[in-house]
Amino acid sequence: MSAHHLDTLGLLCPLPVIRTQDRIKTLACGDTLEVVASDPGTLHDIPAWCRVHGHVLLESAQQDDRFRFLIEARH
Amino acid sequence: MAGYRNGRRPRAAALISGGLDSMLAAKVVLDQGVDVEGVNFFTGFCVEGHTHAIRKRERSKVKRNNALWSAEQLGIKLHIVDVIDDYKDVVLNPKHGYGANLNPCLDCKTFMVKNALTEDLVTDGEFDFVITGEVVGQRPMSQRSDTMPVIARESGAGDRLLRPLSARNLPPTLPERQGWVDRNKLYGFHGRDRKPQIALAERYGFTDYAQPAGGCCFLTDPRYSRKLKDLWDAKGERDYELDDIMLLKVGRHLRPAPNYKLIVGREEGENNFLAGYRHRFLHLRMVSHDGPLTLIDGRPNADHLTLAARIAARYSQGRDAEAVRVDACHVDGVTEQFVVAPLAPWEIDPRWHIGT
Repeated sequence: MSAHHLDTLGLLCPLPVIRTQDRIKTLACGDTLEVVASDPGTLHDIPAWCRVHGHVLLESAQQDDRFRFLIEARH
Repeated sequence: MAGYRNGRRPRAAALISGGLDSMLAAKVVLDQGVDVEGVNFFTGFCVEGHTHAIRKRERSKVKRNNALWSAEQLGIKLHIVDVIDDYKDVVLNPKHGYGANLNPCLDCKTFMVKNALTEDLVTDGEFDFVITGEVVGQRPMSQRSDTMPVIARESGAGDRLLRPLSARNLPPTLPERQGWVDRNKLYGFHGRDRKPQIALAERYGFTDYAQPAGGCCFLTDPRYSRKLKDLWDAKGERDYELDDIMLLKVGRHLRPAPNYKLIVGREEGENNFLAGYRHRFLHLRMVSHDGPLTLIDGRPNADHLTLAARIAARYSQGRDAEAVRVDACHVDGVTEQFVVAPLAPWEIDPRWHIGT
């Protein structure tokens, strides 16, 4: 298992979701991906995308205008 | 239902726009035992998500992605596919032309059906057919009895394209003939009346769905289309990048001369969005008063830049002041300082406004 990072700052939804989706596809089951974003739409969309695809959202946090998500890939 | 195909259940790709019709169409087939996965294409011209993200006053609205929401209601996977580059050819060279604005609806639907069938979304085999929420007679360009067969033919889907909401108005498709779905459990909706869809939504218990007619595309908007045409005229070619079409969604666009235009933020959210482009554009910043961030696209001369500062000042809190200090920040880091009299409302030529 390995940890990965994805910066989507400045991108508007659904691009942060698309980048997350494309990156997760390259990971092994159990790998984690930290996603940072600036679009408030990610607060809804990334958790929804995780639920739809069965990946595990381990953490979700907001600090000022930035959002951070930690996702465990489940394939 | 769903007769087996090569020892497994048939698989269908459902085009999910986030609107009601595509959700209902997927549900109708899902309930017949077919494995359904959703596909949503991001073209760059989608309306709601971006607008909500950009504009401060929209931020009280729920910022959900309606396609994802639909997939979650249906309990299916949703593949959101970035087609920004490939979609350019649809917008720039539509074989079947445009609708009332720059909306190439017939070519667009053909593109999406074709890509849903060929997209590498499943790990062990292809989709057997494609589902759309199209209804005969609902849309003036892409959902007519004479154009719907064009989509099936030109996408390459042929009889692998199933429109569950309108199937009984159309010839039987492969999934019907093969017994993967029961034609008697499909529908014969037609026309612009939304009541049948709303009744079906109630039967399924779907509430809180997005606008009934489906996802919205900026290309159907006359103001947006005029701004896109102006962009092409100014560039001297019909082409665009994602940033071009994103910036058309934001701010007031004014073109006082052919060689430059102003994009003036209308409120804090737009100013913040435009600020993300400030290192790539000559821009104007109000110094003596609160006011908009203004990007300048093009190559204004010194007189143009003074006029641009006066226009931007017009939209600042100093609009009634005798003089407003404005900084013009060039991409090379040089800043020019201007002290200008804001233009009076009657001094702004209405023809400068693009898209109105």
